[in-house]
Amino acid sequence: MSASSSARRNTVASRALRSPGLAFGFVVVVVMIVAALIAPWASPFDPDAQDVMLVLSPPDTTHLFGTDAFGRDVFSRILWGARISLTVGFLATAVGVVIGTVIGVVAGYYGGVIDRLVVAATDVLLSFPQLIMGLLLVAVLGASLTNLVIAIAVTAVPAFVRLARGSTLAMRERDFVDACRSLGYSDLRIMFLHVLPNILDELVVMASLWLAAAIRTESTLAFIGLSVPPPTATWGGIVREGFDNLLDGPWLAVFPSLAILAVMIGLNLIGDGLRDASDPRAPQ
Amino acid sequence: MTATPPPLVVEGLTTSIRLDGRLHHVVRDISFEIRAEETLALVGESGCGKSMTALSVTGLLPPIASVTSGRILVEGVDMVAASEKTREDLRGDRIGMIFQEPMTSLNPVLPIGFQVGEALMRHHGLSKKAARERARELLELVRVPAAAERLDAYPHQFSGGMRQRVMIALALACRPSVLIADEPTTALDVTIQAQVLALVADLQKREGLAVLLITHNLGVVASVADRVMVMYGGDVVESAPVKAFFDRPTHPYSQALLAAMPRIEGDGQLKPIPGQVPPLTEMPSGCRFQSRCPLRQEICDRLPEMTPVGGDPEHKVRCWARSE
Repeated sequence: MSASSSARRNTVASRALRSPGLAFGFVVVVVMIVAALIAPWASPFDPDAQDVMLVLSPPDTTHLFGTDAFGRDVFSRILWGARISLTVGFLATAVGVVIGTVIGVVAGYYGGVIDRLVVAATDVLLSFPQLIMGLLLVAVLGASLTNLVIAIAVTAVPAFVRLARGSTLAMRERDFVDACRSLGYSDLRIMFLHVLPNILDELVVMASLWLAAAIRTESTLAFIGLSVPPPTATWGGIVREGFDNLLDGPWLAVFPSLAILAVMIGLNLIGDGLRDASDPRAPQ
Repeated sequence: MTATPPPLVVEGLTTSIRLDGRLHHVVRDISFEIRAEETLALVGESGCGKSMTALSVTGLLPPIASVTSGRILVEGVDMVAASEKTREDLRGDRIGMIFQEPMTSLNPVLPIGFQVGEALMRHHGLSKKAARERARELLELVRVPAAAERLDAYPHQFSGGMRQRVMIALALACRPSVLIADEPTTALDVTIQAQVLALVADLQKREGLAVLLITHNLGVVASVADRVMVMYGGDVVESAPVKAFFDRPTHPYSQALLAAMPRIEGDGQLKPIPGQVPPLTEMPSGCRFQSRCPLRQEICDRLPEMTPVGGDPEHKVRCWARSE
């Protein structure tokens, strides 16, 4: 690719790099992902191994974040819990983005009856708060990794339908879409090869914010006991156990909460940074 | 004339819009043919049916409009009777189209080379690599400087004139026999207009294109067209070889159009045509120009036929006052 051709990408990329918030958020999230990936080798203890002699021991050099009511190493459990939280978050968001975008682009492009049905269904789904919706679905489907992903994805779908539909509506009226039609391109080709790349930046920004929301929902569901059942470590689950022992071992609730907080802040910084970097109206 | 049929033949085309449950004709019973290497200019004010004619030919009418009768033969294939699939296959392959707005007619987020090559991948099944190579040739053909380096450039890195060249390359990628140019130079400044028109004329000769040129710029008509069709309210009111049209404009509307054109000689006064095109729902019966016509008479409530004038069978006018 020649120098001039990558100019647009360069501007977006270089703007993004110059944004300290985005860079910081990126580092935080990458550290978390790496931690989750290397958990089997990096965690000093088996996350599920109980040690009755060391119940609720405060943080020290052996147990960095202390131990819980069963004497399990909290640091190891947080590393392992990251796997569940991040996996559920990424998968649910990915499924929600893909399904929501496809439905939204098709509805926005064709309009008419399809569009009205989709909008009506979206409005109904969006009228449920995300957490209530997720709770309802997990309660019906049962708590397992797959069902969590499904439940959280379902809450994300209407949001992406709405975004993709709105942007497609605006794109559909653009001259280049008429030009594509005059070249004999099929609706499918126009929708996904020509319209989609034009609305992708908005979808990416929203996906990064929804990733945070998905992880938060998973943690909340885990906190009320609707995530992957114990003894599997989840961030929300560890906070719950810490909550039960708040006076005897405050570190138990503090450390997983900090992990959740860090990921939330990281993802939101990424989302904001990407939005600013891709906004053509923003000062250079 | 050759023995092969003209690339584009339109017979009795009527296109209608449905408004409040009633059909209104926006293009009424028009017929024409364009031979290879020939340019037919379609002129008239906004709202006279020029663009609707072009959209009918390509089959890209908005949902509320439809062709209600007539035949449109592109290389002998009837676009009206054909399936949507067939129409889709013909568009971009046998019929190329260039638009008024080069600034917005290219996809802003896809590289130029891909956009030019895409038509070839779609219609001729070229591989990505072959399409890219052909795209470079096409950009050279439309005289985009440093074509090879600009394949990966994005539309915003091109000027309006260069973008119109790219649009032309796109329209001609599959070597169509018919080119529809809808106000191709309106958005460009005058020097660029001349370059783009010269380029189209040049390519037309090379490729043997039949060109349907839609414009309201009579200067453009005079410089590139072979024949002129004047439309008003969806009717063809005058049809003539370009020389006859400028020498002896006959229909009162044609005369009014020419009088409204700025000229260097004369008193410098433009003569606007009084009034405006009536809305579709209030079109008079018979001749649609009668509400603004200085020569109106009783009989204008009936639609006159196209009649040859001045002993020239190619020069026809639809006017009671002008038919001998």
